Amino acid sequence: MDEARIVRRGAGPRLWLAGGWLLLVLLAAIFAPLVAPQDPLAQDLMLERLPPFWLDGAEPGYWLGTDSLGRDLLSRLIFGGRIAFIVAFAAAIAACLVGSTLGLIAGYFGGWADRIISRIVDIWMAFPPVLFAILLVAVLGTGLSSVILAIAIIDWTRFCRVIRAEAMGQSRMDYVENARIAGYGRIGIMLREVLPNVLPSIVALLSLEMGIAVIVEAILSFVNLSISTDDPTWGGIIAEGRLSIHQAWWVLVFPLITLILTVLSFSQFGEALKTRFDPVLR
Amino acid sequence: MAEPLFSVRGLKVALPDMTRKPLIGRAPLAEILKGLDFDLPRGSVTGIVGESGSGKSTLGRALVRLLEPSVGSISFAGRDITYLAEAQLRPLRRDLQMIFQDPMSSLNPRRTIASIIAAPLKQNGLGDNLRDRVAEALQRVGLPQSFAGRYRHQLSGGQRQRVGIARALALSPKFVLADEIVSGLDVSTQAQILTLLERLAAEMGLTVAFISHDLSVIRRLCQQVIVMREGRIVEASATDALFDNPRQDYTRDLIAAIPLPEIDAGWLDIPSAGKPAP
Amino acid sequence: MSACLDIIDLSAVLANGQRVLRSVSLTVQPGEVRALVGESGAGKTMIGKAVLGVLPSSVRIVEGDMRLEGEDLGRLQPKARRTLIGARTALIPQDPLTALNPSRRIGPQMTDRLVRILGWSGDKADKRVRQLLDEVQIREPDRVLRSYPHELSGGMRQRVLIAAAFAAEPRLIVADEPTTALDVTVQKQILRLIAELQREHGTAILFVTHDLGVVAKISQKVSVLYAGKVVEEADTATLFASPQHPYTRALMAATPRYTDPFASLKPVDETVLAGLAAEIAAADQAWSRPHG
Repeated sequence: MDEARIVRRGAGPRLWLAGGWLLLVLLAAIFAPLVAPQDPLAQDLMLERLPPFWLDGAEPGYWLGTDSLGRDLLSRLIFGGRIAFIVAFAAAIAACLVGSTLGLIAGYFGGWADRIISRIVDIWMAFPPVLFAILLVAVLGTGLSSVILAIAIIDWTRFCRVIRAEAMGQSRMDYVENARIAGYGRIGIMLREVLPNVLPSIVALLSLEMGIAVIVEAILSFVNLSISTDDPTWGGIIAEGRLSIHQAWWVLVFPLITLILTVLSFSQFGEALKTRFDPVLR
Repeated sequence: MAEPLFSVRGLKVALPDMTRKPLIGRAPLAEILKGLDFDLPRGSVTGIVGESGSGKSTLGRALVRLLEPSVGSISFAGRDITYLAEAQLRPLRRDLQMIFQDPMSSLNPRRTIASIIAAPLKQNGLGDNLRDRVAEALQRVGLPQSFAGRYRHQLSGGQRQRVGIARALALSPKFVLADEIVSGLDVSTQAQILTLLERLAAEMGLTVAFISHDLSVIRRLCQQVIVMREGRIVEASATDALFDNPRQDYTRDLIAAIPLPEIDAGWLDIPSAGKPAP
Repeated sequence: MSACLDIIDLSAVLANGQRVLRSVSLTVQPGEVRALVGESGAGKTMIGKAVLGVLPSSVRIVEGDMRLEGEDLGRLQPKARRTLIGARTALIPQDPLTALNPSRRIGPQMTDRLVRILGWSGDKADKRVRQLLDEVQIREPDRVLRSYPHELSGGMRQRVLIAAAFAAEPRLIVADEPTTALDVTVQKQILRLIAELQREHGTAILFVTHDLGVVAKISQKVSVLYAGKVVEEADTATLFASPQHPYTRALMAATPRYTDPFASLKPVDETVLAGLAAEIAAADQAWSRPHG
């Protein structure tokens, strides 16, 4: 009878590779003061634009080289990871809580609740997200909390749309009707029958959203609208690296690679988790 | 004569017709059930037969009050339940159970069989000895105890439908609605499920409304039959009388259209070939 | 004269090596209806798909021949095979709704095949389609040809598909559960229609169904399938008069009959299923020895 079930395997390597990278960055970020070889803010004009370790003229202890102010690039990346992850977790969880709750309500209850929520989502999504973010930060003022708030305010619609559609599909299932027959109330049915079935999607979206938050934070730093200019952020490093691309390409390339790997890992990790922990697909 | 379990009078149900929904505004209502009167005697199995669009499934959903009628009355065990709100219905739910057509869709993929059977028990204050009650329910429908920890996709179609029956009967309800419960199953499995339901209904003294498009099955299982067409009752009578002596042409056509598994060269040619079919 | 369709020892496996067709042999003579009856997983639809060359990519034919009017399909180049199958066969599908493109009108969907594959002119195709619509007793061909699929009832859609199948004068039609989705009264009309057209046009039909009742009414020959194996094949009249295989007998006893409610609807006996499992295992063992 299992002929209809196409077994989806191969979540293994994807899960471990993506998860491994994220864990590495996460640990480095948490223990940044211990693992960073140098002070990320220490300038030393004697050491400006040192190349990475395998090129001529490299200095031991400055593995990925230094920027135009002689600051150690690896250390700056590690400390930048702190901000990136704080923003990723806080913003994504906030967006997820708001978006998924509204999405569940809209999808399961339907009717006027759905109409109001869907209309708000439509209006929200008419704004270009990056412009919206820049505008919000300009209004809220720069700083870590306003960056987090801005991302959550913009991106809850992503959760809302997907979860609404899934909850709607679920609400047409016979087991939802049967829960009424069994005597459950509406909220009880939503939590008991619908939520578990949309949970894998929420998890996948959450991980994807963390990646997106990392990018948005980088973009905001890039245009100098994020945290104070002193703290190293990936976006900030990239912005600086762009100016010295001809003299020191590594200042641009290494943060870019770090950023891309992290964002990619978040999205892959989420997808892999979804396939892995879904009893239906398993 | 004993009071019937269900007594339905002048029942009309109208639902929004989404195919005629204008771009802006509400969909107009379409009357699906156009005034039905019937009784379901206690302890009887009643077949409700009709073709697609006859309203038989809507009628079933109105009986267990998943739908609210627009006009008429439904009384259940002497109590008018026509317009009871969800909260008022809740205490009655344990007596109004349902088995669904598609066991794939009626079992939550993310819950174990034990948890699916336990849900109505917990919700209706029978949460004590849950393990024993679930074990009893599984045993009643002939499923091994080892199935308690499984998920729906680990079961065959027939086993899924057994779980559906176990869940509906776990509460020892007064009434069970069986909506096309074998139409997705193979004949060999269908026979098992129907004989199971037949036996349990007799043992537990259930009142059953058995919705089906298959008159052969209805003849075996039901003591009386309601034939529906386009939201109205065409004919309602005792099963043997209906088959031996159908009073309406439509009933006669319905019976004649069943292809019996036996050679009958004339079956395809009955209303003289060449004449346009209706 | 060679048979219309000759399948010899056809075996197919899934990607994981599991056998889904087990040395199936069957013949459909010109102008005859052969029913292929079995429960889900019996492989009956798979055989139909193999004949039409539309097996899903997960299924691989590992052995056996299929001959369409004497032409060995396995020997032909893919393009020549497609052309041959396209010109000589047609399909009446199970679900008349998904078989039609919802965003195109009925007319072009019916003539497409005649124009594209058989190279007919638009006028000729149009005339032919109208003639067939008349044969399936559609009284307003203009309205139907201009309609979109969702504007027609289920029975009407199935008539349209039957007309389309017969329009190209195929030698063989594969009918895959063509009445399963229909109400009984409509089913009867559709079966009568298929029988009439089949007799008039002399078309051979491979009629896939799960319903022994339909088998009895429509077919002259029947093959009973279980787990991709033909367990019994006979003239339809013979099969119903004296079924030989225990599984066939069990299926007949399980099929409900309103004329005899308590002698029918008998659950299939465990010993029958055990016997079948043993039979399949023995066949697989005998097969796997030379095939490694």
